[in-house]
Amino acid sequence: MLQAEHLTVRYGDFTAVDDLSFSLNAGDWLMLAGPNGAGKSTLLSALAQGLPYQGRVTLNGQNIRSLSPAARAREMGVLSQHHRVEYAYTVEEIVGLGRYAHERGFLFHRDSEGKNAMERALEITGLAPLRHQSALALSGGELQRVFLAQVFAQNPRILLLDEPANHLDLKYQQHIFDLIDIWRRQERRAVISVVHDLPLARRYGSRALLLHKGKCVRQGAMDQVMAPDCLRDVYEMDVYAWVRDLLEPWN
Amino acid sequence: MKATKERFSFLEYALFTLALIFALLLCLCVGSVPLPLSDTLRALWRGLWGQPLPDGVNKAILFSVRLPRVICVALSGAALSLCGAAMQGLLRNPLADGSTLGVSAGASLGAVIALAFGVAIPGLPYAGTMGMAMAFAFASLLLILSLAYALDRSFSTHSIILIGVIFSMFASALMSLVISFAGERIKSITFWTMGSLAGSNMDHALILLLALALCGGVLLRHTRELNAFAVGEDNARNVGVDVRRVKLTVLITVSVLIGVCVSIGGTISFVGLVTPHMARMLAGPNHKRLLPASMFLGAVFLLLSDLAARTLLSPIELSIGVVTSLVGAVAFVIIFRRTRKGG
Repeated sequence: MLQAEHLTVRYGDFTAVDDLSFSLNAGDWLMLAGPNGAGKSTLLSALAQGLPYQGRVTLNGQNIRSLSPAARAREMGVLSQHHRVEYAYTVEEIVGLGRYAHERGFLFHRDSEGKNAMERALEITGLAPLRHQSALALSGGELQRVFLAQVFAQNPRILLLDEPANHLDLKYQQHIFDLIDIWRRQERRAVISVVHDLPLARRYGSRALLLHKGKCVRQGAMDQVMAPDCLRDVYEMDVYAWVRDLLEPWN
Repeated sequence: MKATKERFSFLEYALFTLALIFALLLCLCVGSVPLPLSDTLRALWRGLWGQPLPDGVNKAILFSVRLPRVICVALSGAALSLCGAAMQGLLRNPLADGSTLGVSAGASLGAVIALAFGVAIPGLPYAGTMGMAMAFAFASLLLILSLAYALDRSFSTHSIILIGVIFSMFASALMSLVISFAGERIKSITFWTMGSLAGSNMDHALILLLALALCGGVLLRHTRELNAFAVGEDNARNVGVDVRRVKLTVLITVSVLIGVCVSIGGTISFVGLVTPHMARMLAGPNHKRLLPASMFLGAVFLLLSDLAARTLLSPIELSIGVVTSLVGAVAFVIIFRRTRKGG
């Protein structure tokens, strides 16, 4: 459904993403991996249309540049890493914003489909009991769940995630990833995410794309891309030995 | 916490309207020449249908002085407060307002230049001054926001306010310069820095009403987008808001409305800062409730401020801006302290 051809992003003279091509099918979870500065977040920002790029990205055959912001939001959702809320919006109000691109007509009426989508999002994320709570009173983990519920309510075909849980404790990390995984399977949606935590990427991803200095080193099935020799070349260390050593004390 | 409805109910609107009518009548009756309420009501009713007025009511005071002034005060209050609420949402900045951002000072400078150099559009009275005030308001807003962005990429609340304050001083200095050269042609500097609606007439009221209806309509059509911006500009982009278009639309609309208000009443500071906060406490941050609540509260707040300005030191009349600034400065400190705490 998503096809990127010869995608290049430059910051002045510096090429952050260099001639990248890949495709994504419904139900895929593509993990973008690579060391710092490899171009993972830049690639994600280009797809989310925050950054100008060269090349061609199509969604079901349609160039994403030709989509209006609302039409793009119906196809592609983004969950950012950090959120800071200034005003005392309720959980329900923030989740409801996810329906923005779907509301039409003179009064932007929220139809029953919209209400159902919202209810489902609140239900899946376990936020239904907190729906009238002010977002100012929530913890970081709860707030991340609120924005996850928002993007579920938005119900896009593709979900883009930039390190969605790396500032959360382990319980919330697992929770957020499980929620996304269930949603992806149930609704047959595709996910692209930037993840630094390689064991986490292996656990949840169906495919991976390994980047190094803006170029694609390898892409495809998880096992191929996460092969020890391939990771050693890119990360300049024995990743497998390191992860094994980390777990050693618990064995 | 209990659920709140997205929009106000009919009953809530009726209550707001009652409060507004009460404030309007109070301002009509109280003054250096007090008018009894029953006579005032009868005179208004008869005046509406073109019938002769009852004895004992001074027609000139009621219809030529107090009524236009009171209407202008209410409309300006509603307009300035609406602008403040919209800007605070758009910039996600609880201290944003025409006066703190320097937009009002910019508009004043435009109006003063138009008056000093005789910028006028033939056949359309006020249009030259208002056009210049609007253009300068928008230019100031663009200048301040781009300066703030150039100096501080994170676009933080504090740098925007700081630049707004510096710009206001700069615009005031230029204004004094223009006024000292222009001499008799321009109302006193106090009018442009403190504001006054003492000399308003029915033409002013009509222009304000049209501007408020038009710009208010545009802003009320953008409540969903303002909610998205108030949660965060990135979030607005993620949910599908055409960020650039909405930003430009809201900023232009706000500039036009502030331009009109300033060219009629001078710079009335802090109304757009204080009342949206009161409205937020009353109605919550959702702009579907916040914008209408801000308009009603703004109107009532400015009516009461004007009443205080007229009566506190009677027979001396204060500038309305003196009263709003006194209240506003205190409110500013409280709000600033709250935002520093991260609340």
